[in-house]
Amino acid sequence: MPLSGTEIVIQIESVSKRFGDFEALKGVSLDVASGERVVVCGPSGSGKSTLIRCINGLERHEAGTITVDGITLDHSADSLKAIKVKVGMVFQQFNLFPHLTVLENLTLGPIRARGMAKEDADALAMRYLERVRIPEQADKYPSKLSGGQQQRVAIARSLCMEPSIMLFDEPTSALDPEMINEVLDVMTELATSGMTMICVTHETGFARKVADKMVFMDQGEIVETGDPETFFTNPESQRCRDFLDKILHH
Amino acid sequence: MRVAILALALMLTGCSGEWGWYVVNPMTESGATNLKFLLSGLYYTILLSVTAIAISIVVGLVIALPGLARNPYMRSINRVYVELVRAVPILVLILWVYYGMPQLAGLSISVFWAGVIALALSDSAFEAEIFRAGIQSVAKGQYEAAHSISLNYTDTMRFVILPQAIRRVLPALGNQLVYMLKMSSLVSVIGMQELTRKANELVVTEYRPLEVYTILVLEYLVLILVVSAGVRWLERRMQADERA
Ligand SMILES: Nc1ncnc2c1ncn2[C@@H]1O[C@H](COP(=O)(O)OP(=O)(O)OP(=O)(O)O)[C@@H](O)[C@H]1O
Ligand SMILES: [Mg+2]
Repeated sequence: MPLSGTEIVIQIESVSKRFGDFEALKGVSLDVASGERVVVCGPSGSGKSTLIRCINGLERHEAGTITVDGITLDHSADSLKAIKVKVGMVFQQFNLFPHLTVLENLTLGPIRARGMAKEDADALAMRYLERVRIPEQADKYPSKLSGGQQQRVAIARSLCMEPSIMLFDEPTSALDPEMINEVLDVMTELATSGMTMICVTHETGFARKVADKMVFMDQGEIVETGDPETFFTNPESQRCRDFLDKILHH
Repeated sequence: MRVAILALALMLTGCSGEWGWYVVNPMTESGATNLKFLLSGLYYTILLSVTAIAISIVVGLVIALPGLARNPYMRSINRVYVELVRAVPILVLILWVYYGMPQLAGLSISVFWAGVIALALSDSAFEAEIFRAGIQSVAKGQYEAAHSISLNYTDTMRFVILPQAIRRVLPALGNQLVYMLKMSSLVSVIGMQELTRKANELVVTEYRPLEVYTILVLEYLVLILVVSAGVRWLERRMQADERA
């Protein structure tokens, strides 16, 4: 599989996370190389969201280590700050700021967190709005946009921070079927640009086309990893086979 | 509204044949003077209430924030403040600030500032509860999105959470302003020259409590209806913003 680099940018080692008595992650390890596209799938509650939320510090892992671009996430304010800048995240529910226009949603981070001048931030935002193909919506409020457009704005908002890694947590699960493709197209375009990506998604077409590595999770563990070809045609574990049966034939 | 005024008029005409509206008849010179005297209290009623609510909003916000902290010690600061301040009647607080505090602090305080401090203090506990509820009503995803674009705590609050929270609590803040306008009448007991005090003073010289206090009732009624309309206009404008 084509990798634009072999340097490991995300190193996850024996990471555990519990919510009260419930173990959401049980010693998960995963390496992601620079420019690699990883697609994570697995049944509901298997810990997919928890895993990627640990990477940008939205959840605090209890055991193991997470290293992003040489910075070990120890939950000191400094490491968290340094990692947040490198990692962008797109959520299932978009989480746009409803009281700000599309343009303001995009420029808030560049202006406040990156210290950009407003004109520069506006220009940057318009560039990314064009990239997600909705520059004409710049002055609207998010509630006026369709779900697909909102998610594309959310992707552009993340890109405006110019991260080196993008995390996607089921970005198309909240969308009507006819809007899924416009979002997947944007993500595919992003993937071809060399962005390091971890996507939690059950869109198998997208996974086959874009993924360098498939990861299957179940009950807080990574059960199987592999290249998409082998993963979809000849998975090793029974659990993975059962899961793929469910999502492919239905 | 109309029914209420009609009822009031019937009640008034029904209870006595002796009308003394001349005391506030603007056609006569003394009536006009009296009326002007009554209305002149409006300035301090408004100034007192607006100053007090401005302070209490700031204090309320400062008290609300530790109430949202994960740290239980921080939360207890919020609880203790709210419970203590809420337990003291406003009138008692006014008396304590005006007569008690100077003794304690060894300085004298003007009637106006005593009133402002007492009203603001008492209201701040309610503002704190309103803000806490408002902030808690903002979805968790908003904090997560702010986190993901590297905003720090202050910027997250200032640009993402508070603007949404304030929109939601605007009706409640409007209620507090109305409440404050009414409660400012209590500051008359320490001699503040606001609406109620003016009315009391006129009653003492003119002996026409029914007419003077009726005017007083109408003054508050008009003032508060105007404020309510203003708050509703502001609410509509802020919501229109999001829908534009
Ligand atoms: N904040 C939380 N408090 C308690 N339990 C949680 C919390 N977040 C997640 N969990 C639990 O941890 C487990 C893993 O959750 P996670 O959201 O990572 O699953 P997922 O694989 O993303 O599932 P889904 O496909 O439904 O999104 C679930 O059983 C969930 O109930
Ligand atoms: Mg999930």
